[in-house]
Amino acid sequence: MDNSADGTSTTKHKFMLFVSGMSVKSGHAIENLRKICDKHLRENYELEIIDISRDTEQAVIHQIVAIPTLIKIQPAPRRIILGDLSDKEKVLRILNLSE
Amino acid sequence: MQKKTKTPSFIFPKTPTGVDGLDEITNGGFPKGRPTLICGGAGCGKTLMSMQFLIKGITDHNETGVFMSFEEPSDDLTLNVKSLGFDIEKLKKDKKLVVDHVRVERSEIEEAGEYDLDGLFIRLGYAIDSVKATRVVLDTIESLFAGLDNQAILRAELRRLFHWLKAKGVTAIITGERGEATLTRQGLEEYVSDCVIVLDHRVIEQVSTRRLRIVKYRGSTHGTNEYPFLIDEEGISVLPITSLKLDNEVSSDVVSTGVPGLNDMFHGGGFFRGSNILVSGTAGTAKTTVACYFANEQCEKNEKTIYFAFEESPQQLVRNMRSIGIDLQKHIKKGILQIHSSRPSLNGLELHLLTLRKLIKEFEPTTIIIDPISNLITVGSEHEVRSMLVRLIDMLKAHNITALFTSLNKQTDNFRPDLAEESVSSLVDTWITVRDMEGIGERNRGIFIIKARGMGHSNQVREFVINSKGIELLDVELGPNGILTGTARQTQKFKKTISDIKLQNEISRKDREIERKRRVLEANIEALRNEFESAQEELSSLKATEELQASFSKKK
Repeated sequence: MDNSADGTSTTKHKFMLFVSGMSVKSGHAIENLRKICDKHLRENYELEIIDISRDTEQAVIHQIVAIPTLIKIQPAPRRIILGDLSDKEKVLRILNLSE
Repeated sequence: MQKKTKTPSFIFPKTPTGVDGLDEITNGGFPKGRPTLICGGAGCGKTLMSMQFLIKGITDHNETGVFMSFEEPSDDLTLNVKSLGFDIEKLKKDKKLVVDHVRVERSEIEEAGEYDLDGLFIRLGYAIDSVKATRVVLDTIESLFAGLDNQAILRAELRRLFHWLKAKGVTAIITGERGEATLTRQGLEEYVSDCVIVLDHRVIEQVSTRRLRIVKYRGSTHGTNEYPFLIDEEGISVLPITSLKLDNEVSSDVVSTGVPGLNDMFHGGGFFRGSNILVSGTAGTAKTTVACYFANEQCEKNEKTIYFAFEESPQQLVRNMRSIGIDLQKHIKKGILQIHSSRPSLNGLELHLLTLRKLIKEFEPTTIIIDPISNLITVGSEHEVRSMLVRLIDMLKAHNITALFTSLNKQTDNFRPDLAEESVSSLVDTWITVRDMEGIGERNRGIFIIKARGMGHSNQVREFVINSKGIELLDVELGPNGILTGTARQTQKFKKTISDIKLQNEISRKDREIERKRRVLEANIEALRNEFESAQEELSSLKATEELQASFSKKK
């Protein structure tokens, strides 16, 4: 067992990442999220990337204002993170993941 | 070659606001294709005004709209404006209106890194495209500042948003909460600089008035004053303090005053139709009676009349007028006359004006009586009352309604008017004053005309009396020291009667004398005739004697 197994590994993480087309920030966000997830959650996560420039309905349904927006659906509580996730420490803290 | 038309003056493209009266102030509406900022404190009608802009756009101009709400959920919004007669649900179903509620919950949101508001842009763009909207409302975009931390990003994004809206060519309204030192809390006026309107809700002496002011309107003239506005069952209506021009139609019809003698004092025989008449006077000078006479007269001619009584209840008024022989009840029954009584302090001035406006719209009267306007001063300051009256008079003129106001003024020695009169005297067309004339232990009522625009009028002060038959203007009685009234008039009359009798006696005495003289003359004539006859007789007898003598001498 490695140090990431602090109870979180048992529940599967579910994310939704809202991006808009091929914007720089969107690209960064995808990249940063992948890095974090690969490092801390291994394969135990599900990530859905939604391009709202094509799928506008989703933006309305999920009350998206800012881009990029990451929504953690599972495990509870549901959290919303705005930004390109470049502040890694903060992201980890919010997602309740330790280094 | 070129067809030279009249050099067309450039008309700034505008979008009608859908708010009653605001188009007049803005000279046509909000700037077309540009954002307009509406700001003001809580509860001053920002949301409603913007909603009205959208809905009227749909119903009146067939321009679809998008309402992006940052505060109220769509359902609440529907409910809130439903009470004002706007059915959002139906418009949404008809694909005329899109309402999108943007919820930004700070407690749920964390920020980690750079972001932009593309989500908002895309949603807005989607909404606009889905109904091909030309009108957009963002209410209140400042809520974003409460939900998001990164102010630098927000400001940059807002700037981008407004540029984007302009590029889209939609006419947008952005609402903003009033700030401490700035127009809006977040200084939105920096970004939206084409047209800025400030709404305000003020309470002065327990009476609240909503006001609106156009702070800025690039590229267009606009009314610069503060304009009161009202929210009622039909939404917002702005009452321009004065219409920008005076160009109402005028009538040269003359309507009778109802008081017989008073008609004669006007060379035209009464008031002009559609003019305003002020009857001023101190307490107890029969202003109301004059007003009722006029009302009665108009009703007799089947002219619809509304009587606003701020002092008496309808029943009281009817009873009192019956005592001088005017039956208002029958006009009320026939539906020609309406009497509305309320205390002036019941409403703010604006609401009074609105009530008037409503009644005028519903009842379509040709005559209005307000008794008295001076009572309204208790409700507002002189200035406010004046501005309300100006608007009232404008409105009445526009409808060609003859209006008679009474005004109570304080008992002063000088003829010059006081507060109430001052505020309206320049506005009214005809001004009649009734006043007490005190002297030798009694009080008499006099009536005179101070002015009558466009009509010659008598300069006399006419005394009048009120008895069970009504008002009676007495003929002018001139004495050695001017016009006589009251007892002096009666004394004068008495003296006149006595001298008349004396004269009569003298005449009959002379008649008798003449008769006597004639008889003497006749007697004399008779005597002379007798004398003459006897002389003649004597002569003829002498002649006979002479003839006899002659015949005798012949015979000899």
